[in-house]
Amino acid sequence: MKRFLGTIWAVIWKDLAAEMRSRELLSAMLVFALLVILVFNFAMELDVATRRSVTAGVLWTTFFFAGTIGLNRSMAAEKDRGCLDGLLLAPVDRAAIYFGKMFGNLLFMLLVEVLILPIYSFLYNVNLFNGGLLLVILLGSLGYAAIGTLLASMSVQARTRDLLLPILLFPVLLPVVIGAVKASNGYLSGAEMSEILPFLNLLLVYDVIFISIAYMMFDYVIEE
Amino acid sequence: MERKPALLTVLDVVAILVLLIAAYLALIYAPTEAVMGAVQRVFYFHVATAWVGMLGFLAAGFAGVMYLVRHDLKWDTIEVAAVEISLVFFFIAIALGSIWARPVWNTWWTWDPRLTTAAVTELVYLAYFMLRQGIEDPERRARFGAVYTLVGAVSVPITFMAIRLFRTIHPVVIGTPSAAAQGGFAMSSSMKVAFFFALFAFTIIFIDLFWHRIRLGRLANQVEQARLQAQF
Repeated sequence: MKRFLGTIWAVIWKDLAAEMRSRELLSAMLVFALLVILVFNFAMELDVATRRSVTAGVLWTTFFFAGTIGLNRSMAAEKDRGCLDGLLLAPVDRAAIYFGKMFGNLLFMLLVEVLILPIYSFLYNVNLFNGGLLLVILLGSLGYAAIGTLLASMSVQARTRDLLLPILLFPVLLPVVIGAVKASNGYLSGAEMSEILPFLNLLLVYDVIFISIAYMMFDYVIEE
Repeated sequence: MERKPALLTVLDVVAILVLLIAAYLALIYAPTEAVMGAVQRVFYFHVATAWVGMLGFLAAGFAGVMYLVRHDLKWDTIEVAAVEISLVFFFIAIALGSIWARPVWNTWWTWDPRLTTAAVTELVYLAYFMLRQGIEDPERRARFGAVYTLVGAVSVPITFMAIRLFRTIHPVVIGTPSAAAQGGFAMSSSMKVAFFFALFAFTIIFIDLFWHRIRLGRLANQVEQARLQAQF
């Protein structure tokens, strides 16, 4: 168990170290996220009345789109530089490699989200610092990273690569989209807990199911 | 080159016959529904085609599991056949449903759980074929295909339940509908005959098509292998 956790940490650390030296991924995700918000601003006329109902949707669309950049990049880098073969040659449990990559992706996503939230609050004068909302963001991003890492490791091995990932990802991600947007909306509009709870449960169930599925399937996906 | 099995030819004939009978029962034998009128007749084939889509969906998930357990390319051929049939029949069910919904719900489309789930299944299966297209190695293509059908098979029901957390207007003709359902009706006995016969007929058609498609897949593999051998 200790060895397993050690491997996970080593993979996360490798991704973090590579990112700290290049700073390619995080800056690209962040700038892209800002651009998505900018586009939404003019596409939907985010005036005070509309903003109240669409904030959750705009935020999550931004996170999901920025997330695909991160997922694509993180697996493509492994594949291009022959890094993945190195990882697979290492005498470690392959599930640990999956969890390492998954938590790495989750971490990058959370970093972007933590930076986007205050910017959005500042731009549109809404207070997004709400404990419940942060919980929803954590659960939603976890589900996203769990299934996203699995599908990204398939799509980098296909000819169409980064073109393929969003097409594979979004139809199976729908429960997260519904749960995350509805629960966030609930917290932002100050709804009763009984209205929010089903959607939190949905996110939780999705996270548990898809982490287990990815855990079982990862071996098949990277088998050579 | 294998010959077409005699049983398959028999099944072809039976399939055409039951389809004709089902059409007769739905269009002429069953009485016209009092409120909705003739458009309600769409219902018999609508449910039956959705049922075939569902059978294909289940068969695809099962074949996916079997492939990952056995690593036998036979299950990959079965999986592709099931996915393809499911894709086509869910599309027919959606089209028929829209024809019915336009006069009854006064809209072609609504984001109801059933409608959305059928549409999402279509998207998952389109993505499935795009994934397969991008991979040349047959063994890896089969592996990825199986993984993705399984991911879809788990995610689609969760999507259905997720949307059920909102309200639905889709009628439930068998079982208890929700209070908000619109366009529901009680079936008379001759309607039931037409309905269950349509389900039966389309099950036969499903088996027939499934068999044909698996056979086609196997023949295509043989052709591919023969071509590879000719090259060397």
